[in-house]
Amino acid sequence: MAAVTLLVNGKRHTVEVEPSTPLLYVLRNDLDLAGPRFGCGLGQCGACTVLIGGEAVRSCVRPVSQAQNVEITTLEGLSKGGQLHPIQQAWIDEQVPACGFCQNGQILTAKALLDKTPNPTDAQIRDGMKGALCRCMTYYRINAAVKLAARRLA
Amino acid sequence: MRSRREFLQASGMLVASVAAISVEGVEAFLQRAASTSGPYPDLDYLQLDSWIVIRPDNTATFFVGKTDLGQGTGTAFRQIMSDELDIAFEKTTCVMGSTDITVDQGGSGGSDALQTDGYPMRRVAAEARRVLLEMGAAHFGVPVTSLAVSEGVISTKIGDTAEREITYGELIGGKKFNVTLTGRNIDATTGQAPLKAVQAMKNVGKSPRRDDIPAKVNGTQRWAVDMKVPGMLHARNVRPPMVGATLKAIDESSVKNVPGVVKVVSRGNYVAVVCEREEQAIQAARQLKVEWTPPQAAPFPASENLFTYMRSATPSSTGKPVVAGDVGAALAAAPTKLEAHYEVPFQGHTAFGPAHAMADPSNGQLTIYSNDMKSYGMRNGVAQFLKIPRQNVRVVWMQGPQCYGRTAADDAGFEAAFLATEVGRPVRVQWSRQEETAWDTKGPAYAITMRGAIDANGQLTALDYDARAADYNHVGYNEADTVLIAQLMGQRKAQPSSGRASFPSDKYGIANRRMAGSVVPMPLAWETPIRMGNLRDPDGPQVTFASESFIDELAVAAKADPVAFRLALLERDKADDAGFKRVRSIACLKAAAEKFGWEARPSPRPRASGDIAIGRGVAYAYRSETVVAEMVEVEVNRRTGRVWVKRIACAHDCGLVINPEALTRTIEGGLLHSVSRALCEEARFDESKMLSVDWVTSPTLTHADVPERIDVIHVNGDPDPNRPDLKHYGAGETMCKPMLAAVANAVFDATGVRMRRVPFTPARVLAALKS
Repeated sequence: MAAVTLLVNGKRHTVEVEPSTPLLYVLRNDLDLAGPRFGCGLGQCGACTVLIGGEAVRSCVRPVSQAQNVEITTLEGLSKGGQLHPIQQAWIDEQVPACGFCQNGQILTAKALLDKTPNPTDAQIRDGMKGALCRCMTYYRINAAVKLAARRLA
Repeated sequence: MRSRREFLQASGMLVASVAAISVEGVEAFLQRAASTSGPYPDLDYLQLDSWIVIRPDNTATFFVGKTDLGQGTGTAFRQIMSDELDIAFEKTTCVMGSTDITVDQGGSGGSDALQTDGYPMRRVAAEARRVLLEMGAAHFGVPVTSLAVSEGVISTKIGDTAEREITYGELIGGKKFNVTLTGRNIDATTGQAPLKAVQAMKNVGKSPRRDDIPAKVNGTQRWAVDMKVPGMLHARNVRPPMVGATLKAIDESSVKNVPGVVKVVSRGNYVAVVCEREEQAIQAARQLKVEWTPPQAAPFPASENLFTYMRSATPSSTGKPVVAGDVGAALAAAPTKLEAHYEVPFQGHTAFGPAHAMADPSNGQLTIYSNDMKSYGMRNGVAQFLKIPRQNVRVVWMQGPQCYGRTAADDAGFEAAFLATEVGRPVRVQWSRQEETAWDTKGPAYAITMRGAIDANGQLTALDYDARAADYNHVGYNEADTVLIAQLMGQRKAQPSSGRASFPSDKYGIANRRMAGSVVPMPLAWETPIRMGNLRDPDGPQVTFASESFIDELAVAAKADPVAFRLALLERDKADDAGFKRVRSIACLKAAAEKFGWEARPSPRPRASGDIAIGRGVAYAYRSETVVAEMVEVEVNRRTGRVWVKRIACAHDCGLVINPEALTRTIEGGLLHSVSRALCEEARFDESKMLSVDWVTSPTLTHADVPERIDVIHVNGDPDPNRPDLKHYGAGETMCKPMLAAVANAVFDATGVRMRRVPFTPARVLAALKS
């Protein structure tokens, strides 16, 4: 066990944990965050996605020791001052989620995509989002919501 | 029979819960209910107060014994019930699925939420409105007939002018209805009030936004995976590395150096580790040394040999065939005869989130926090499994990853309950990805032979369907002797469940027709990851793949347009049309063709040059009362074998549509789910273990495969579309049925190559193109 300090959604937290512990379990079990979720533990599905320095990162395969001294944003940290992020609003306006379990990964992957590619083509959306899986298959609406959010963010 | 004491407890519980919620909000009520220490008697479905609560502020909460798996059924219940009750939709809430505060309506399954349970819910809401109007009449001293009601406000009126007003909340808020309902079972629950005509329903047919979505988008949703209580431990299972292996020895010293290990639990062939922290449980499960004795015989054939096995195995049961006319004679007499063999492999639920549950054994009770779609079944099953009174068990239903039938047999809840009892502390169980993909329940494999005859005029004169389903030991629900932990512990049924082979569902008029089906067993019945469970329309996609592909092959033989060929078959037999399914089938095919822009011509399309071949396909089916016709356009890459479903049109008739937007989303998702089954999904295994264990070895459709366009057309094909009692039918599964065939038919149209083995992976398509 070692003391690990994390900067999550603008707040600093210190936890006593094995440094090799995947970031996901610390976020969920020690910081009580419900946005990042366990889907595979293998970095294959995107359920556990968080933003680190603007990149969509799979927190299930990132050791917590390698997540110090960086700014971590989870789904909970996307809205500012009680105002939903335009991507979140687009998700509501398009009524995207079915069960919703994967949508953390979808929304944060879309955030990273739109930060880099503000006006993505259809091909860029397909390519940029393809690592975020959804077994309710809400892909068609996600595609529409990404375009809607891009228009609103422009 | 319930004892007098139980009965009093039940009524006492009712008084307590209703009286409290009448003055407190839903959130406060739920929090208080959560901390209730039990026991947990059943709610009385014959009491109106079990279903509806109205507060002094004129808001209402509906208690529904169903679960919403992400289709918006909760919002739909609010729509139909607020209409019958005559209260503003925005002033209603819906509480679902927890066994201690809702009547046992069975949870979800069979897409019956609106089709079956919608009616008792409408009737109790209508009865509440009737009772409130009577109270209003007494209050004003006027007859009920002189009252009007709108949005929870009752008014007396002379002519069109409202005189005096009183709200529902003022009449009943904080008080009980104390109205006894009738009905021989929960589905038949009714009061005296009639239902409204469709035309009088204001919220039905509109698309208020789903009430569960905001929390799922802003991160505030608390899911079953998030449930934590003080002192909670984390558990992971350790599965046998070879299916059917027997536990020989556990070397507990192998996890000595793992911090936080509380207990290594084993019984029979079930093994789990329980630890203080989650990452410790993961490490301990990985590190625990367990010796297994391999099984004496292979539990199943390798998946690559599955269909050879299925066609040669001796069936364990053979159903009674459905026969019309004389198929043998018609086949013998026909100038053109066709025969084809279709194969659909085992396909997993492969839920996005692996199985999970938390069980809390505090106060001598057992509370299980779970996303089980059939929470009530889990309560009964766990009580039987652990041999404790069901009154001491409750299941708190929470949101979870949708899995289309997987949680009807929810293993993790049973495991959490067992482990919590073993260690005497709350335990959270989380399956790994590999465990879920390998060991979840599967949709059954089918091997189907079709034969057909075309006469000299191009008419279909005979159709023979002969199916073999590997549906041995079907695990439908949360039964104490069929969940995986029970099987591993050696608690089994005396006999495996029989399973079944299903028949096609179409309304074609074919004079000579036979449908036969049998079930073939797998060598190992128990403790196997090839346990059949209900996967979104459990047999429909497999059956319809064969039947609707073969209709297409017959249309090709008859040189007919595949839509015209189907319409002609539907026009043939007008004698029996219960539920108007035949005319609604015609309406759906025509509506889909119009939206899709279907060009009438025989398949295949003349070959074009270049790598990309374009084609279109159609298929249709019904499920229960819901009818669906689907058309797809595909691009087949001749060089890579990749099939892309570029465009889909789906005409869908489920009767009265409650929430068109939520329904459209549900259908879009279901269409793509079945595209995934058509193109990607197969549970693969060798002779001792599963080979499909994660998203690399068990691929699924991704964003890269999204169609360019999906059109969903809501059809009302009833001959009297404005009938005041137009029924609402189930809509969660029918759309999955035709897609496998529609895609195969489109691939044939594009390439002239017939895919008869699912899934149509690039390798399989390339091989077919080359042969």
